[in-house]
Amino acid sequence: MSALLDWLARPENAKPLGLVILFTTFCLIVLWVYGSRRRGERLERYKHIPFLDEAEDVKDAEDGRATR
Amino acid sequence: MATITATSPSLAASPSLAVPQYDYDIIKKFAVMSIVWAVVGMGAGVFIAAQLAWPVLNFDIPYLTFGRFRPVHTSAVIFGFGGSALFATSYYVVQRTCQTRLFAPGLATFTFWGWQAVIVLAALSYVLGYSQGREYAEMEWPIDLLILAVWVAYMAVYIGTLMNRKQPHIYVANWFYLSFILATALLHVFNNLAMPVGLFSMKSYSLFAGAQDAMTQWWYGHNAVGFFLTAAFLGMMYYFVPKQAGRPIYSYRLSIVHFWALSFMYMWVGTHHLHWTAIPDWTSTLGATFSIMLLLPSWGGMINGIMTLSGAWDKLRTDPVMRFMIVALSFYGMSTFEGPLMSLKDVNALSHYTDWTVGHVHSGALGWVAMISFGSLYHMIPRLWNTQLYSERLVNVHFWVATIGVLLYITAMWISGISQGLMWRAFDEYGNLQYSFVESVAAMHPFYVMRTIGGAFFLSGMLIMAYNITMTIRQGVRAARAPGAALAVA
Repeated sequence: MSALLDWLARPENAKPLGLVILFTTFCLIVLWVYGSRRRGERLERYKHIPFLDEAEDVKDAEDGRATR
Repeated sequence: MATITATSPSLAASPSLAVPQYDYDIIKKFAVMSIVWAVVGMGAGVFIAAQLAWPVLNFDIPYLTFGRFRPVHTSAVIFGFGGSALFATSYYVVQRTCQTRLFAPGLATFTFWGWQAVIVLAALSYVLGYSQGREYAEMEWPIDLLILAVWVAYMAVYIGTLMNRKQPHIYVANWFYLSFILATALLHVFNNLAMPVGLFSMKSYSLFAGAQDAMTQWWYGHNAVGFFLTAAFLGMMYYFVPKQAGRPIYSYRLSIVHFWALSFMYMWVGTHHLHWTAIPDWTSTLGATFSIMLLLPSWGGMINGIMTLSGAWDKLRTDPVMRFMIVALSFYGMSTFEGPLMSLKDVNALSHYTDWTVGHVHSGALGWVAMISFGSLYHMIPRLWNTQLYSERLVNVHFWVATIGVLLYITAMWISGISQGLMWRAFDEYGNLQYSFVESVAAMHPFYVMRTIGGAFFLSGMLIMAYNITMTIRQGVRAARAPGAALAVA
């Protein structure tokens, strides 16, 4: 364990290891996003979230008009 | 009390939602102050630009000299205008996309008064001569501690609101805002590690020294650009562009990749500010390499934003607010192309220490940050006061005046910067420097005048916006005070 920690404490080891971990993580994220058609469809549905509050906009506008 | 219902068939899995109205009071305060700070900060910018063209404008008053007034300009526009716009829009977006009220409204109120106090205290301390000498982090330690308190409160309000959400998915705009909040906390703390001279002294000295100090500062400096001035405003873009266009973002999956790619890459690029200095060469090369790689996510995000208008391009002709947003995205694309170009060591050898850098910063700051903020504020403010914009025509005038201003500014700085770089490296037939420094300064004068005119155009547009927004708010307030208006939703 202590040998492993010593190895990690050396910048010339920790830096390439960090790069490999981060790069692999990024590749996995891209694979996760584009790897499945069903998941892709589900993710694309989330793009409508900003429009969920439009019922309130309409109501606000109606309330505003009604009171003027 | 207004209620909302999830009606989108595409989100049929979401439960039917019924939530109380949102907390708009805090958003209104930040929105108004963002306009106030924009006028103050851009006014200070035009003044110091004029000082560079006509040094007599120093008036021999130490408080007004360029060295003291320049951080007043940068802090007022970045933290006053940009920061207040981000507080306002993030509180608006997080509530509306999570369909819940703000968590801990008392803390949110503290973020408002605390943040305004930071800007005022910072400006006063600069003109009195107190500065850490760190770009975009000139505030001395007592102000840094106040920023920390405000930021922790901001983080608590934002994360608490996300945790209270009624919508199962966290919309991508919130990811960008959250990364901005987390990264800014990290950057602020580590860049401002300093030892005060005394408990009752404003002065402090950095914990780092020499090249390490420079690297810490530019790790902060470029990530302030990356997370404060880019990621956060991308959060704004991912909500307000679709809302104004009336169409969802072009590709949600692309926005996810955009987010993670920016988050992974931005942290590495700061050393491109220190090419050809005493830092290790590999750190410089690393900064340049990641800067080039950043071009891909940056352009992916720009294309995602612009393509949102696909099939509705006529809005560019008919809607001046939309025009602000799309031109902002175009400037985002342009400055994220220019940045990697300038990070190349050979290009940097010409561009560094010249006005080209100033032009690059302003194409991002005026073209991207300010314009996307203008578009978002024009969209949001009438909705906050439950009214319509006072004048769309004035928005159009603002758009053209601002665009001419940016173009004049950056063109002047390109010519001036490249001329400076070429003059400083020119040798005569005997191997001596061909030009003295003062000759290069004299050659810049016409471009400094041109820059001042460009800045004055941009400031004029801002004054038009301030008038338009004031009238819009007055219109909304008058309507709310009309008989029977008590039932209206704020």
